[in-house]
Amino acid sequence: MTSRAATVRTRRSALSLLRWWAVAAAPLVFLGLFFLFPVGSVLARGLLEDADAGAALAVLAEPRTRSAIATTLGLALAGTLGSLALGLPAAWALGRFAWRGRALMRAALTTPFVLPTIVVAAAFSALFSRSGVLGSWGLDQTPAAIVLALVFFNVSVVVRIVGGAWESLPPGRALAARTLGASRARAFAEVTLPSLAPALASAAAVVFLFCTTSFALVLILGGSRVNTIETEIYIQVNQFLDLRAASVLALVQVVIVAAALAISARAGRARGLTSSVGRLRAPRPLERWGVAGALLPAVLLLLAPLTALVERSLRVSGGHGFAHYAALFTTPERGVLPVAVWQAAVNSLVTAAVAMLIAGVVALFVMSLIARRSRRGALLEAIAMLPLGVSAVVVGLGLLLTLNRSVLGIDLRASWWLVPIAQAIVALPLMLRMLVPAARAIEPRLRDAAATLGAPPWRVALHVDAALLRPTAAASLAFAFAIALGEFGATAFVARPDRPTLTTAIARLLSRPGPENVGLAFAASVMLALIVASVMLISERWRRFEGSGL
Amino acid sequence: MRTTSRTAALAAATITTLTLAACTGPEPENTASTTPAEEATTVTVVTHDSFNVPDEVLASFEAESGLQVEFVAPGDAGTLVNQLVLTKDAPLGDVVYGIDNTFATRAVNEGVLAPYTSSAAAAEDAAAYAVPGAEDVLTAIDFSDVCLNYDLTYFESAGVPAPTSLTDLTDPAYAGLVSVTNPATSSPGLAFLLATIGELGDDWAQWWADMTANGLRVTASWSDTYYTDFSAPNYGGDYPIVLSYASSPPYEVIDGEPTTASMLDGCFRQVEYAGVLEGAEHPEAAQQVVDWMLSDDFQAGLPENMYVYPVSSSVEVPAEWAAFAPLAEEPASVDPAEIDTRRDEWIDAWTTIVLG
Repeated sequence: MTSRAATVRTRRSALSLLRWWAVAAAPLVFLGLFFLFPVGSVLARGLLEDADAGAALAVLAEPRTRSAIATTLGLALAGTLGSLALGLPAAWALGRFAWRGRALMRAALTTPFVLPTIVVAAAFSALFSRSGVLGSWGLDQTPAAIVLALVFFNVSVVVRIVGGAWESLPPGRALAARTLGASRARAFAEVTLPSLAPALASAAAVVFLFCTTSFALVLILGGSRVNTIETEIYIQVNQFLDLRAASVLALVQVVIVAAALAISARAGRARGLTSSVGRLRAPRPLERWGVAGALLPAVLLLLAPLTALVERSLRVSGGHGFAHYAALFTTPERGVLPVAVWQAAVNSLVTAAVAMLIAGVVALFVMSLIARRSRRGALLEAIAMLPLGVSAVVVGLGLLLTLNRSVLGIDLRASWWLVPIAQAIVALPLMLRMLVPAARAIEPRLRDAAATLGAPPWRVALHVDAALLRPTAAASLAFAFAIALGEFGATAFVARPDRPTLTTAIARLLSRPGPENVGLAFAASVMLALIVASVMLISERWRRFEGSGL
Repeated sequence: MRTTSRTAALAAATITTLTLAACTGPEPENTASTTPAEEATTVTVVTHDSFNVPDEVLASFEAESGLQVEFVAPGDAGTLVNQLVLTKDAPLGDVVYGIDNTFATRAVNEGVLAPYTSSAAAAEDAAAYAVPGAEDVLTAIDFSDVCLNYDLTYFESAGVPAPTSLTDLTDPAYAGLVSVTNPATSSPGLAFLLATIGELGDDWAQWWADMTANGLRVTASWSDTYYTDFSAPNYGGDYPIVLSYASSPPYEVIDGEPTTASMLDGCFRQVEYAGVLEGAEHPEAAQQVVDWMLSDDFQAGLPENMYVYPVSSSVEVPAEWAAFAPLAEEPASVDPAEIDTRRDEWIDAWTTIVLG
């Protein structure tokens, strides 16, 4: 009897394993074709063609390489700590209380993340230049300037991920601890903080990885004096055509990604947290000051470069005006762009929508597979997170090397589809970072209860999983859309010159002399920022609307 | 298990959708080009992301030749040759436009190009810009002089005259006034490094050391130096002398008056070439494209569309170029073969001297 039961169990688990892999096939084929295969072929070419382990190791031994690795880690660590320092108070203010303008503030704080790096870096350079507003700080072309810009970009990640988790914390627990005599600080340290740990670890890992791969920012604000792994790869590929050095450095990046994810997974073990959208309350008079104080540093850091950016977009010969904004709607007289900027914006919106759908579908698959922890799930998660930490230069080069012939009978050469696909790969890890903790936080007992009460599996999925995940899913889709809108690194490799997106149009405008070109580039950036902020604002409404049903 | 069975169906559906999606492009011309019934040959031009040609010029070429032209631009001018080298077994297209003389020899030596000598009317003009030893594979299309530009208004009131030569700039009177770009990350930066080598010979390294001691600023890209650093009235930065092109001043004319000028000593002439790619699917169509790029129609549009001078002497440059964008009389010259063998070594030396 017992042995028969065991056989049934084995057969069942074999079947479930088979099903798991069947579902995993979709995201694996997608990532395999458009990420692993391209990146793998760059590494294969760099390391296997006239393979020479000695030469590869010699790359690591070079002082230039070692200093690049140290600088990368140092900058990323400082950027992560800075983002947490500014982002956590903001997440508290936004995740704990309901107040007028909160949605707008959340949307505004998310905007920087998707702004084109070259424009923001230009705005920062202007602030730190000798005659700039912050010129007296002496930060021009220093690592400190880079760290500030990294924080500017990444505060939003902390606000999004941690703020969202904070919002879904049942307030009862900390309250109970307080009632039982715990001090405010102790209740925070022993109840709130551990509950936030998964989100915190997740946010820190994402920010850290982003910081390690930020490339244009380091190059521009460091004036090419500050070298990181990413800038080294760029120079080795583009200038010296040294694929071996680039591959060795790319492998170092993969090791860093793996380590960051492993640390974050260890730090972020979920603690059976009930996900619930509690009713947020208005802050009490004293708390209002706390909310204001918590948001102030993040807002100041947001406003300084954005103001510089807007000022620049309004600068016309002999004063300020809206001429560059009017020019957004006409094809440039001198042929910098084949179309008007607004048409590039339409291209961007269409591509980003497609990228969002692709990323959304793949993310849904991956999430359903890794929500319940398993070893194979961890492997799949690691693969899906890799794009976050691998150099866009390597990915772009890989796409170039592999997709210039037809793959599996599909010819994507010069195809429009490569653009949303590349953007979806970039957006995927971030969607997962938002979705997975939320999916894992769903109390299994809720499902069991539903099942016990006679609900068939699909109803459980619909009324428990889908209902609880809807707000997070909506937010993560909006985030993916915004990321796709602002993506440049990978897009630049695959976008077609006759059909520019907003970001590639901005880069082109900035490559030609003339005040109308630079003015138009900045006006286009402000337009991009406004589009992104509106998308975020709409997603806020959505969230509230959906959440209210729970 | 429940989760998996639910998603299994979804998985199947999505794979189908994605595959379908990948097969059908949203644009009709995409499907058209893969249908065998379609007669028109599609010729693919590989170029850099600054490439631009007016619609009507392209349309009249397509109508005349019966070809359909597609463009791919996998990056900026500096990376074009490297990408061609890496993909030479399965070329990205049929014809390349935008290889410049700082990287030309690498492309030639790596066997990226197939022989073709154009017999277009302007081919004779183009020959004057040929890379020695590569006359049969590369056809010059346009050129531009990489030069230092300076802010006229600054030097009107500064009490120092505008600089006229590279050696002027090491004078303490010009301390902290110059911004250039890194040759490892910027193609005009590399051109300017070559200008100093061509102009100063073996003294080039000392010149850069002196400049560094004199407060030289280095940025990563042209737009940082020009748009952020340049003190010209249109930009209001902190540096009155910046690295740019001889063709930049016309774009800084305010109310008919120039506000900037080029220093015509210490310039490098960057020439851009077109060539048929080895292994091209449509070599004859590729040759037609090279001829088209030498036609008056294409050549005349170059200044306005790509901010470069045409090689053809039969077209005129815009009036404002004639007035405000004079060319260097004697641009520095460095043998392209020597550039190819010593480029990396020079960049390394520059990095050590200037960035320490």
